[in-house]
Amino acid sequence: MSKTIIQLRDIVKRFYIGTPNELEVLHGISLDVHEGEFISIVGQSGSGKSTLMNIIGALDRPTEGQYMLDDVDVIAAKDAELSRIRNKKIGFVFQTYNLISKTNAIRNVEMPMLYAGVPMRQRNERARELLELVGMSDRMKHLPEELSGGQKQRVAIARAMANEPSIILADEPTGALDSATGRMVMDLFHKLHEEEGKTIVLITHSNELAEETQRIITIRDGAVIGEREGAKS
Amino acid sequence: MTMLYENIRLALFSLRANKMRSLLTMLGIIIGIASVIAIMTVGDSVTATVTDSMSSLGANNVQLMLEPVSDEEEEGDSMSSMMGISFSQGDDEKEPRDSDLITADMLTQLKETYPEEIKAFSVSESVGKGELQLAGQNANVMVSGTSLGFFMANDINMLEGNYFAEQDMENGSMVALLSEDALDDLFDGDAKKAVGSEVTMAVDDKYYNLVISGVYKAPDENDASNANMMMFMMGNDTTNLYVPLKTAQRINHTSGYNNLTVVINPEKDPEIVKAQIEEFFDNIYRNNHSFHVTATTYASLVSIMQTIMDTITSAIALIGGIALVVGGIGVMNIMLVSITERTREIGTRKALGAPNSSIRMQFIIESIVICIIGGIIGILIGCAGGIALARYVGADVVPSLRSILISLGFSMAIGVFFGYYPANKAAKLNPIDALRYE
Repeated sequence: MSKTIIQLRDIVKRFYIGTPNELEVLHGISLDVHEGEFISIVGQSGSGKSTLMNIIGALDRPTEGQYMLDDVDVIAAKDAELSRIRNKKIGFVFQTYNLISKTNAIRNVEMPMLYAGVPMRQRNERARELLELVGMSDRMKHLPEELSGGQKQRVAIARAMANEPSIILADEPTGALDSATGRMVMDLFHKLHEEEGKTIVLITHSNELAEETQRIITIRDGAVIGEREGAKS
Repeated sequence: MTMLYENIRLALFSLRANKMRSLLTMLGIIIGIASVIAIMTVGDSVTATVTDSMSSLGANNVQLMLEPVSDEEEEGDSMSSMMGISFSQGDDEKEPRDSDLITADMLTQLKETYPEEIKAFSVSESVGKGELQLAGQNANVMVSGTSLGFFMANDINMLEGNYFAEQDMENGSMVALLSEDALDDLFDGDAKKAVGSEVTMAVDDKYYNLVISGVYKAPDENDASNANMMMFMMGNDTTNLYVPLKTAQRINHTSGYNNLTVVINPEKDPEIVKAQIEEFFDNIYRNNHSFHVTATTYASLVSIMQTIMDTITSAIALIGGIALVVGGIGVMNIMLVSITERTREIGTRKALGAPNSSIRMQFIIESIVICIIGGIIGILIGCAGGIALARYVGADVVPSLRSILISLGFSMAIGVFFGYYPANKAAKLNPIDALRYE
């Protein structure tokens, strides 16, 4: 059995703690993701999947529970350590791409390496490789506003790979794309999974996309209600 | 290092992206820095020029002046003696009687008391403003009687003719030395024709006939600026007309001196000699309750002058400083706007692993870059303005490296100070909220 990369135990998240509006969004979620797995987390909006994603992505802390990410105790980490975890262990892909505007593709890809303190020459080399991998080597000097949605998402995926993270965390990566481009982006994830052996966590509300992944975790009302293998994996 | 470079690059990008806004933001800094630099340049230039002219009057001179004893305090002495002539001629001032004046005997006695220290006396007696007339032409002059030592002490050279003869000095003859300007007015610049000619001098509605015994040179280049300064202050083309000391005393009906300069041995410390001379005259004037003699060295004049100029300069610089603070608040305001606009970018950077410290640094550097660019523009404008103003006043322009460095440092400090709050706000943004910000 391969190594466990993500280990969530009894994760509880409450908001507005201590006020009359106190709200429990996650009611004790446990989840394991193994190295090299491609899983999807599906759920309706309001199901708590965004909150779960924020916790997995070390953007937020659970109110209760344990979280080990690649042998690092995320719960115990201080803010500065969380920054490092996000930088080194997690590669984010957002629905809205979130490329830094007025900054060309290659510099966008270099950005996580900049925060990791990678020397300029190495940064540049690696960014070129990654852009090549996602098929964007002819658009390296283009600004985000000069790229189409699919192209932006490919640059964003290259950026997510920059520091060789333990997981790629993709939040509705095809949500803003038409089906043809969405397909292309999904194919890219499959390629990264199969050829690069990446661990990928896909968060989506589309059952169709989820079926392509190895394992589907369904969330409703802040709890895991089902776990099964993807039909087309 | 790469981070710093990256941050500066980013800051320049965001400035370029909002040119108009950046310029308006910088305007406060530009105005503040420009005014500080301009004022400091003018201040330093004027101080340097005045100091220069004062020291050219002689570092080894001690100025003696007959002063009314003030009833209240003695503190203002050096001030009033500096402005001496113009102040003591005020209407309320007590006019010294003949018996109050410094006499030739006193000087002889002083010289005998301190033969080592004192080299010579340079005496001049102001007669006042007068007009020279000749064949329908006229020239404005300030008439002063002088000793021969005066020309040596003040480095005045002859263009044509001679200094006063010994015998003219002793007799108080009606002879005069003319300036080049006055020569132009009266003799169309013909110096040869002027020497030996007789002109009419009107002072206080009285008329005197004078023979021109010589024409003296306009002070040479080094002193030209001083002359210009004097002109600027007097506001017309009045030049000095020198007559023998005794002649002036006859016109003024006095036998003593109001003021004179003691030329001291350069090997002696002027401050010590000054104290000795003061003590000497304090003894003589012990029983005179109306007047006493003050001694001032040029060194002390220069330091007083510098103090005054420094005070004026710093007062005006303070106003520039207020403009800078206002400019700084403008920078802070725009930084807050910029951070709100870029909330998503901040969220993204945090998600990519930027620690709070680098977000903070990014925006502080942006604020510093705005301030420094504003500062540099301000320095350029201020230097241009300061140089133009200093030229207009006729002072030697002193490019003030000190003020440029201070201004640069100050604009950087403003950048840090007013950039810190917005930058810290950005650094503390919650990444989730920032990522979702629309």
